[in-house]
Amino acid sequence: MRVLTLLRAEIAAADRVVPPTGFTARLTVLTAAAMAFLAVFALALSLATGRLADRWSEALARSATIRLSAPPEQMETQLKAVLDTLATTPGVESFRALDDGEMKTLLDPWFGPDLPVASLPLPKLVELTETASGMDAEGLRLRLAAEAPGAVLDDHTRWRRPLVAAAERLRLFGLLSLLLIGAAMAGMITLAAQAALAANAQVIRTLRLVGARDAYIARAFVRRFTARGLMGAAAGTALGMLAVAALPATDEAGGFLTGLGFAGWGWLWPLVLPGLAAAVAWGATRHAAFRMLRNVR
Amino acid sequence: MIELQNVAMSYGGSELLSDMTLKLVPGSFHFLTGPSGSGKTTFLKLCYAELTPSAGQLTLFGQDARVMSRDATAAIRQRIGVVHQDCQFLDHLPLAENVALPLTVAGKSADPAELRELLSWVGLKAQAGALPPQLSGGERQRAALARAVMMSPEVILADEPTGNLDWEMSLRLLSLLMELNRMGKTVVIATHDLNLIRTAKSQVAARVLRIANRRLQLAGADL
Repeated sequence: MRVLTLLRAEIAAADRVVPPTGFTARLTVLTAAAMAFLAVFALALSLATGRLADRWSEALARSATIRLSAPPEQMETQLKAVLDTLATTPGVESFRALDDGEMKTLLDPWFGPDLPVASLPLPKLVELTETASGMDAEGLRLRLAAEAPGAVLDDHTRWRRPLVAAAERLRLFGLLSLLLIGAAMAGMITLAAQAALAANAQVIRTLRLVGARDAYIARAFVRRFTARGLMGAAAGTALGMLAVAALPATDEAGGFLTGLGFAGWGWLWPLVLPGLAAAVAWGATRHAAFRMLRNVR
Repeated sequence: MIELQNVAMSYGGSELLSDMTLKLVPGSFHFLTGPSGSGKTTFLKLCYAELTPSAGQLTLFGQDARVMSRDATAAIRQRIGVVHQDCQFLDHLPLAENVALPLTVAGKSADPAELRELLSWVGLKAQAGALPPQLSGGERQRAALARAVMMSPEVILADEPTGNLDWEMSLRLLSLLMELNRMGKTVVIATHDLNLIRTAKSQVAARVLRIANRRLQLAGADL
């Protein structure tokens, strides 16, 4: 206990040799805060693009739609034929016809909520999911042509591949932007720490002249700037998380822009940023301090 | 404790000091004179290892200054009290903490009673809480002396310690240094104030060295 007390007293005394405030101190805090704020958005973007890519890939890779357009009196017969065909098609895991309510939901964005679905000659949609081994789309098309002439199979192939590729590219951009923001944060904190040390060159010289060892001087500065980096990054992260939380809420479909945010445990990821900024500040200040000390005898 | 053997010091190719040989023994008192720019400050910087000689052998407390580690240099500076010409302080710390700085960086804490006594000794008890920029030139010189002796060093090197002081204050500071010398400390004062040297010589066995033509000489009998 006494050792801890002595250690705390020594740390407090060592901390006092570093000027407490000043432009460079504010610069370090501000830089860490600004970069952490941006990093929160980069992280949100990265996670959102990841989720989007996963959703697009999974949802589209194994799904297909059958659109049935037939005269009203044949609609039920052809629908039954389509469902029977699907029931005996290898590679089809599940299928179901969308009811009027779901059709209405699909059309709401275009025609509004008052659309009289029942009185309109709308086609029927059948949604199907393939097994992992997949189905023979061409064979199914031929069988449908024979059993239900008004049915058209859309296995999403035409637009699924470029969309999945785009989603994967988005995921990559998200990660890249996170890396770039992280590197920029490290660079900015390093520059701020170096500027702060340069501004305190006279303090360092005086400390050396009265017999301070390099480790003592470096420790005093490193502790101070690590704390500043941590404080700034914590404030920036908190603000960034508030800003992300204030974005329009995501809906079930998770549109890209409204889906930019964190979900579930993803909210814990930004909490890594202050620690990361503090670690960067620690390394940058230590490196800069020892480099500066090399020029002071 | 400090020994120079044919030491030379060059700056940018031109030699400022050459062939200097001197041995500072414990309890000795030296004045160092010479015209401005003759190398007095450079000589003192060699003695507390802020500079390393470009030639010759410099030994500080038994260690070769040219191969000394940085930690060893720091340890040696805790045994040498220096009164710098420009009185370097940490401007954000009050005077008392500046005076105690050599102890602080050595991981020790100053005894408040001893610190007060030391500040009284240099006539700065009332200014203990003042920041260095609030002090006059003379007060800064005395504070620098207090800081130099805080660790009870074996050697005290003073570079123009009376440069900013009036005669009365110069004598007071000189008497402080002579008192330290009587306590067994080795004292080296670089000054061009000949009156100060003459006054001191009447009270203490001081050797007067002069730097002339880049070399260290024993000053004449007129001093």
